[in-house]
Amino acid sequence: MEEREVLLMKGNEAIAHAAIRCGCDGYFGYPITPQSEVLETLAAEKPWETTGMVVLQAESETASINMIYGGGGCGKRVMTSSSSPGVALMQEGLAYMAGAEVPGLIVNVQRGGPGLGTIQPSQSDYNQATRGGGNGDYHLIVLAPNSVQEMADFVDLAFELSFKYRNPAMILSDGVIGQMMEKVVLPPFKPRRTEEEIMKECPWAATGSGLKSRQPNVITSLELQSEVMEQRNLHLQRKYKEIQEKEVRYEMQHCDDADYVIVAFGSASRISQKAMDMMRARGEKVGLFRPITLWPFPEKEIRELAGRVKGILVVEINAGMMVYDVRAAAQYSVPIEQFGRLGGIVPDPDEIIEAMEKLKK
Amino acid sequence: MTREEIIQAENLVYKKPELMNDVPMHYCPGCSHGVVHKLVAEVIAEMGMEEKTIGVSPVGCAVFAYRYLDIDWQEAAHGRAPAVATACKRLWPDRLVFTYQGDGDLACIGTAETIHALNRGENITIIFINNAIYGMTGGQMAPTTLVGMKTATCPYGRDPKLHGYPLKMTEIAAQLEGTAYVTRQSVHSVAAIRKCKAAIRKAFENSMAGKGSNLVEVVSTCNSGWKMNPVKANEWMEEHMFDFYHVGDLKG
Ligand SMILES: Cc1ncc(C[n+]2csc(CCOP(=O)(O)OP(=O)(O)O)c2C)c(N)n1
Ligand code: SF4
Ligand SMILES: [Mg+2]
Repeated sequence: MEEREVLLMKGNEAIAHAAIRCGCDGYFGYPITPQSEVLETLAAEKPWETTGMVVLQAESETASINMIYGGGGCGKRVMTSSSSPGVALMQEGLAYMAGAEVPGLIVNVQRGGPGLGTIQPSQSDYNQATRGGGNGDYHLIVLAPNSVQEMADFVDLAFELSFKYRNPAMILSDGVIGQMMEKVVLPPFKPRRTEEEIMKECPWAATGSGLKSRQPNVITSLELQSEVMEQRNLHLQRKYKEIQEKEVRYEMQHCDDADYVIVAFGSASRISQKAMDMMRARGEKVGLFRPITLWPFPEKEIRELAGRVKGILVVEINAGMMVYDVRAAAQYSVPIEQFGRLGGIVPDPDEIIEAMEKLKK
Repeated sequence: MTREEIIQAENLVYKKPELMNDVPMHYCPGCSHGVVHKLVAEVIAEMGMEEKTIGVSPVGCAVFAYRYLDIDWQEAAHGRAPAVATACKRLWPDRLVFTYQGDGDLACIGTAETIHALNRGENITIIFINNAIYGMTGGQMAPTTLVGMKTATCPYGRDPKLHGYPLKMTEIAAQLEGTAYVTRQSVHSVAAIRKCKAAIRKAFENSMAGKGSNLVEVVSTCNSGWKMNPVKANEWMEEHMFDFYHVGDLKG
């Protein structure tokens, strides 16, 4: 009964509570606005006394991500959270994780950039998140929540995907979703895995035990022989292809009869939904397509959608990033425009309606 | 006496540690890395920790440490081994967790991770191979390069006005509340090797006893980087390195 309790909390707090509930083994993070509530909530909840989850304030985001590398590399469900400048600092570690196939969860509650930028919300880390961000040919699995409920729900989902594919996963949120308070039903409690369960789920992990019955496990992204390294890269590429085939997630609203659609993710999709409702109330047939996985990107679905609408407006809180993916997916078959605000300003529904009117002309 | 007669258990005077495998080492002949690897392998086996150890290898010549010791390993990014080890130990508290790092890795790019892991008192051991040079990348100046010492990036000798002074990380570590045992060793003679092994053992035992963090610096040679033959490198180390990097226990 208690499990179904409806609570009111911030997105960042929901992440922390969800982590404790979904059997997370460890959190390692460094304070930065607008996501510090994740670590603050965990520190207040003291999960090390209940579930045994480790919580540690690291000396930097560089250290945090390498703690995630270490924790994931020894088979544990570990996570970190940060905001844009901190996530920029993590890119080396993420590339190592991708290369060594180490699972783990990174939450980015984005703020405006470049550089130190602003503490206000933004979606301008889209390219960094979906292209890899560090060195080499790799991808993260990227989930974009648009509510406090999804902040809570995606923690376990991200861990599941991350371990299934042995690939780092990212929740790409932003200052709006992280800071706003909404109703949320927290996920049911799931115990942390036992040592035996970890050995079974992660036979590749450097757990340090069981060496009588197996070869030593080595977590590394290094290989100096080009032929072997090419094979390792091809293996990664095959894995990415499988993820693209199986793990695309999206949501459609009023797309069946739509003449025009908005494509938006995260907080921009919430504002776009409002704009759509306002346009619908005036009798305009506008729909909303929301990619939930930004990588893998719902290419097929957008191509199919582009075939039956007159135009697409991409709304994102940046200078135009996802719009390139939408255009490529739609194969330039219909007019596709982008609307966004920069510097930490969140667009309002009227501006979106105006942009839609421009597109229609 | 035939060969078979000689190869008898009672005639055994030396045995390769069982944790060391038969893969040919990539280290240059005369390099200190190989000796320290052997000591680590022996100590793990003597403590009966073969089934409970996680090693963290660095970026540097020891990057391939995982090829030679048959235990579980994680290869960390340059300088980040103490952060990786922090997580391993906190998440698997009953494991023996150690890092194995060079001076560039530990005292330059990874200074922050090193100091903070030690200062938090993580129950790990850091083995620190100080050869005063960047061996792997071809002999460039390290944070530990002695004043006047020539390297590829200070070809006229390290000049404090240009390059600053060599860093004594072990002295810094000894001042940190979180460290249990801080020592500086070497492996240039049989006696030194024995002492170094005892130091590694003490550090590993401390880690398992939850006493805090442990740093074992090994003043080492890099004959290739120093452009000397192994014998000359050992002599040079005794003559110059020990004057600046005093061998002995600093704490604990
Ligand atoms: C981020 C990063 N910067 C630089 C390098 C290049 N690099 C590889 S090893 C090394 C220096 C290693 O020196 P040290 O730690 O003293 O180890 P040694 O080889 O002397 O044992 C450098 C600079 C790298 N691999 N990664
Ligand atoms: S370059 Fe130096 S540190 Fe590296 S293996 Fe050769 S002697 Fe050893
Ligand atoms: Mg060195």
